[in-house]
Amino acid sequence: MGLLYGLIAVGLALIFGLMDVTNFAHGEFLMIAMYLSFFLFAFFAIDPLLSAPLVAAALFVFGAVIYLLLVRFAMRAKANAGMVQIFTTFGLAIVMRGLAQYFFTPDYRSIPQSWLGGKTISIAGIFLPEPQLVGALVSIVAFAGLYLFIHRTDFGRALEATREDPGAVALVGIDKNRVFAFGWGLGAALVGLAGAIMAVFFYIYPDVGASFALIAYVTVALGGFGSVFGAFAGGIIVGLVEAVTALVLPPSLKSVGIYAVYLLVVFIRPRGLFGSM
Amino acid sequence: MDKNFAARRRRDLIIAAALAVIAALTPLFVKDVVVQNILILTLMYAGLSQSWNILSGYCGQISLGHALYFGLGAYTTELLFTKFGVLPWFGMLAGGVVSALIAMGLGYPFFRLRGHYFVIATIVIAEIGLLLFHNWEWAGAAMGITIPIRGDSWLKFQFARSKLPYFYFALLLACVAWFVTWWLEDSKWGFWWRAVKDNPDAAESLGVDVFNSKMGAAAVSAFLVAVGGSFYAQFVSYIDPESVMGFQFSLLMALPAVLGGIGTLWGPVLGAAILIPLTEITRFKFGGSGSGVDLIIYGTLIVLISLALPRGLMSLFSRPKKTGATR
Amino acid sequence: MTALLETRGVWQRFGGLVANSDVSISVGRGEIVGLIGPNGAGKSTLFNLIAGVLPPTQGSIIFDGEDVTRLPAAARCQRGVGRTFQVVKSFETMTVVDNVIVGALVRNTVMREARRKAHEVLEFTGLAARADVLASDLVPAEKRRLEVARALATEPKLLLLDEVLTGLTPTEAQTGVALVRKVRDAGITVLMVEHVMEIVMPLVDRAIVLDLGKVLVEGKPADVVRDPKVISAYLGDRHAVGA
Repeated sequence: MGLLYGLIAVGLALIFGLMDVTNFAHGEFLMIAMYLSFFLFAFFAIDPLLSAPLVAAALFVFGAVIYLLLVRFAMRAKANAGMVQIFTTFGLAIVMRGLAQYFFTPDYRSIPQSWLGGKTISIAGIFLPEPQLVGALVSIVAFAGLYLFIHRTDFGRALEATREDPGAVALVGIDKNRVFAFGWGLGAALVGLAGAIMAVFFYIYPDVGASFALIAYVTVALGGFGSVFGAFAGGIIVGLVEAVTALVLPPSLKSVGIYAVYLLVVFIRPRGLFGSM
Repeated sequence: MDKNFAARRRRDLIIAAALAVIAALTPLFVKDVVVQNILILTLMYAGLSQSWNILSGYCGQISLGHALYFGLGAYTTELLFTKFGVLPWFGMLAGGVVSALIAMGLGYPFFRLRGHYFVIATIVIAEIGLLLFHNWEWAGAAMGITIPIRGDSWLKFQFARSKLPYFYFALLLACVAWFVTWWLEDSKWGFWWRAVKDNPDAAESLGVDVFNSKMGAAAVSAFLVAVGGSFYAQFVSYIDPESVMGFQFSLLMALPAVLGGIGTLWGPVLGAAILIPLTEITRFKFGGSGSGVDLIIYGTLIVLISLALPRGLMSLFSRPKKTGATR
Repeated sequence: MTALLETRGVWQRFGGLVANSDVSISVGRGEIVGLIGPNGAGKSTLFNLIAGVLPPTQGSIIFDGEDVTRLPAAARCQRGVGRTFQVVKSFETMTVVDNVIVGALVRNTVMREARRKAHEVLEFTGLAARADVLASDLVPAEKRRLEVARALATEPKLLLLDEVLTGLTPTEAQTGVALVRKVRDAGITVLMVEHVMEIVMPLVDRAIVLDLGKVLVEGKPADVVRDPKVISAYLGDRHAVGA
């Protein structure tokens, strides 16, 4: 579970680190991905595991379009830039939730039978639910891919450079908007991947994003804003803390543990565990 | 010296008084219960948003966790009333004090955080409060508390037949919050807050106690919001964790100020006057069926206004006075 | 008469970097003292130690007969230390007069008094005509002057000026120099950091030269500029000193 949190969070961390914008519609991106996965299964009988790359690709386009249509303008605000970004993405989140309710109805849906659903696997006597296990594997692969991408490719470096000094980058002939749009696309694609996997073992409904979004922010902040590795580590910590809290406290209080750990961490290290900025 | 300034403040006060009188007279003409309901909520949110504005607008500490204080106000009042028979008026005061104390207690660790870390910490703490109340059996847990109605009474601040008393209290709340802001705006605290928001280092060098001015703002802000929470509890006569401490309240307190103009005296009033009726009308017209149209309209509006008017609607009224001699 | 400000064996280390080592200086009442030195000499660090931005690693700071080493900036301001910032830090969303009122509130609790004081200071610093303009709309030279005005409004005994004359046009610098003289004539002691010697030397009564975190030379400006150690420090030719 922690790795999936990490996967959700890393998309957010990427967007934040890249351009200092918090996407408050991140949970809704996740919701859209889950619905996509659901409909691909319901209408075309494509198993969520197979459709995951498709969903990620669709989310990539979606994220890039959102950046070009909305966020680009929010970033240009001359006054109260922070507030404008918060409320623009917040408004977007509300619209997306509304649209989901309108088109998909507020009903809870789930994917009844998939290759992975409900199966468990036994490793050395410990029973593990298969979907979570696959989710963890996919997350690790995605992280490794992202890490290599940022550090080993030209585009990854362009991303880093744009973040550090947009003005200078413009001089070298890199279009800032294209890089940022790509960053948003990538962030959305990652959360898309997470959504596709989570569609297998979570109910899907218009507000589903909200319950994960806060955990994603906490995960990002825990690791330190803008740090991809931090988001990964933050995800694992959050997952562990959740598991431990679930043992000690009643299930409805499991998030309290996460929140408490977050508060504890930022009070000791106001910039998160791996925050450098 | 500074005639303009004194004149502007007097003008603000006169406008506010005139608006209050007009508002006080509306129930004479508006008999429709649904409309009265909207008016009450508008006034309440004007007051809440004004209070939120003190900490977040003037002092610059953006909180998206004020639902905590709203809920604490509501719960303190109702727990004291249902468990110990303490009259809501005292409960209201107690709720305000409890919230102010908690706000200051939280201030110790919180005010060291900056930017996004602070905002997320405020969301998180409100969420923790919500979860705790959800699991607190004595306080009704998820079931909440139903306030026993025993007929109209000013003493118990409950009215089944007419909404008018609630209306006047909401008006009073809005007026008090406005007046407190007006008064603080031209005081040492008001100047300190704005200085802290603009540049804490420079403020410190000018003898401003940065930490304590944040604490002061947090306490005033939390107190007023808690009073609003007590009022709301009496008004709806049933509370559960979601309905008084949910995240939507944090949002609904911030939005009017942001739309109207954050850190301005009139922003919250203007924002609430536009936003709340709109929220309620879209919900009334399109909501209920769960179609989500209300959310679509509402969200679109937020996006458009924040993109088009980053300084809020008040920026349309202020004529920027640039002398333009140099440059 | 005792000195208004004294630093006794002040050290400041940042990790392995020593920004100030064993700095002992004193500033007498009514003086204009220039603190100069090449880039990276530790001027700004010393300045921040005196203003109370951070406590020194070692040593003590005595102001007006009181040990203020551990006091934070706000408390030092109340005791009579006013400062400006090298990178101007105006309250951008507030008007010029409101900026100055923040300073004036240190000694005037009644708003009307603070406001009157602020206007007085604006008159004194020649910003009166710009009182109702937003600080963000000022030109750089005016922002510098606003920094001085704000600090003066706190009615300091000691005014710390951090490169207020740097980066100004010659005419602006002349106005600045005149203002500093006027401040001293009003009975306020001035300690100013400047990088460019030409501007400060005619203005100050005494100059203290820092180099590599230490006090290199101290004395009358005319003597200081002729000192070979100072010349070599500024020229970067350190071998000349030993030779």
